Amino acid sequence: MSSAISSPPSGSLKKRRVLPGLGLSLGYSITVLTLLLFIPLAACFAKAATLTPSQFWAAAWSERAQSAYFVTFFCSLIAAIIDSIIGVILAWVLVRYQFFGKRFIDSLIDLPFALPTAVAGLVYANMYAEHGWFGKWLVPWGIHVAFTKLGIILVLVFVGLPFVVRTVQPLLETLDDDLEDAAELLGATRWQTLSMVIFPAIQPALLTGFALTFARAIGEFGSVIFISGNLQYKTEIAPYLIVSRLEEYAYAEATAVAVVLIVISLILLVIINGLERWNRRYD
Amino acid sequence: MSIRVEQVTKRFGAFTALDRLTVEAKGGELLALLGPSGSGKTTLLRIIAGLEHADEGVVRYEEEDVTGTHPRQRGVGFVFQHYALFRHMTVFDNIGFGMRIRKESRQVITQRVRELLHLVRLEGLENRFPAQLSGGQRQRVALARALAVQPKVLLLDEPFGALDAKVRQELRQWLRQLHDEVPITTIFVTHDQEEAFEVADRVVVMKSGRIEQVGSPQEVFDHPANPFVMDFLGHVNVFHGRVHDGKMVAGGIEFNAPENSANAPNATAYVRPHDVDLTRIPESTESIRVKILQINPAGAVARVRCYSEEFGITLQIDLSRDRYLALKPVAGEELFASPRHARIFSPKEDYSI
Repeated sequence: MSSAISSPPSGSLKKRRVLPGLGLSLGYSITVLTLLLFIPLAACFAKAATLTPSQFWAAAWSERAQSAYFVTFFCSLIAAIIDSIIGVILAWVLVRYQFFGKRFIDSLIDLPFALPTAVAGLVYANMYAEHGWFGKWLVPWGIHVAFTKLGIILVLVFVGLPFVVRTVQPLLETLDDDLEDAAELLGATRWQTLSMVIFPAIQPALLTGFALTFARAIGEFGSVIFISGNLQYKTEIAPYLIVSRLEEYAYAEATAVAVVLIVISLILLVIINGLERWNRRYD
Repeated sequence: MSIRVEQVTKRFGAFTALDRLTVEAKGGELLALLGPSGSGKTTLLRIIAGLEHADEGVVRYEEEDVTGTHPRQRGVGFVFQHYALFRHMTVFDNIGFGMRIRKESRQVITQRVRELLHLVRLEGLENRFPAQLSGGQRQRVALARALAVQPKVLLLDEPFGALDAKVRQELRQWLRQLHDEVPITTIFVTHDQEEAFEVADRVVVMKSGRIEQVGSPQEVFDHPANPFVMDFLGHVNVFHGRVHDGKMVAGGIEFNAPENSANAPNATAYVRPHDVDLTRIPESTESIRVKILQINPAGAVARVRCYSEEFGITLQIDLSRDRYLALKPVAGEELFASPRHARIFSPKEDYSI
């Protein structure tokens, strides 16, 4: 039996931590990230690089592709904004008030994570179709949800709902009640307290939640294809465009679209991350 | 401006936090609410501020009934135990918050914040965030923020409770000094009797939602109204006995009890540790034979713990340094303890130690 356990060097001047192995864990993290993230991404870029610049341009920036990017980013942005508003209110209610069934509702919030998003897409499409539960009331008013951008936004709101709630909730829980009392005693109205004291305090978490929702919405596929109808130049999203290119066996063209999607997403996420960091400058 | 609380009662479910309590802070006074936790002192402060509503009773500022007035309109400066600073704002913005709400001009705000920073001795730190300050500095920012809106009353809820001993000591003296410079009516809550005595003009001792005693620090310390106050204000040695003809007899010793005219079969004598002398030979018939258990000479006084077989109690004795050096007692030695001064209470008070 060989001794695999060695005692830490006693004469070491290095600062000792309770948990050992910075080198080991960092190496592990980089290995995992490489296998899961960097190599597939590189493969994607490599595949796209098999196209000549003009071919790439034709595939990635066709009118149909431009329209698909617009639908994707526009709907994702609106959905992330709506989720931010709904999410903050939900988190507020869950933290501040005691009511019957609170725990049940709290666990319900995570459901969109567990549910196959295609199910959500199908259910929404059915409900908002001309003869569906909601559709039969809305369509006579000229409000079309199924096969429109409105429908896409709706399912994206559903899919991204948990993010903002789950990022803002813990912060609200640790927020000192005295802050509100202090603001009020200094003359602030409820609204001023909310906008000048509470909102700035939860803003960084809200921004994180927003970024997660937004990113999730950009990549969402399953739910959208069922409700959008995938009409070119109208409700076709970028991920669907990629799939249809794949079905045409145009693999390189598909990755060209993917590359554009990745680059735009990355730029947006970096910007949001920067904002978030700036927002936390006081810590 | 004077503050009067009249017959105020506050219940939280079955618990009565304040029980028909009446108290007044005179204009310009620095009043301490002193009591153990659960005595209702913070609740009383919050009712005065309007953060809590009394079930019964009236709160008056001067003669005006403000019981139903919103805290926003009361003109109160409030300092919280854990500062309650806005952590996303700089020191400058924290202090200026109340003035921004009041739509003061930028110039006025800058001017006043500068004055306040000077007053709380934090010049040069206006661009720091609360997270970059020490506890004592944060509490001074909180105080400046409360003073910025020129309140008619200043209320402080255990303002130094979260700070370490040295900073607490400094801030106490500083608060007293500040109050002398800016003499607005101030009420502060504390459970630390030393703090109350050092800072306040008058002290209100509370227990279970009622007032036990009100008076200047000297009055309260020298003439505690009842055993609770006596005990709460510091360590006491307790002797049980009976009162007979103006004397209290406990075992073999006697105390003069001129204040207790009526004879009582059960009475209690309370003796402060510094009111007991320790000698090698018995001073008089009143001396108690004790065995030294432990001595702690590190401090302004030497603290001696000793056991009396006769009374079956452990006594706490504080000897002055001179006395200690002259006597040089050692643990295990048998000496004689002589109480010089005692407070005697008949047992009609519902109090047990």
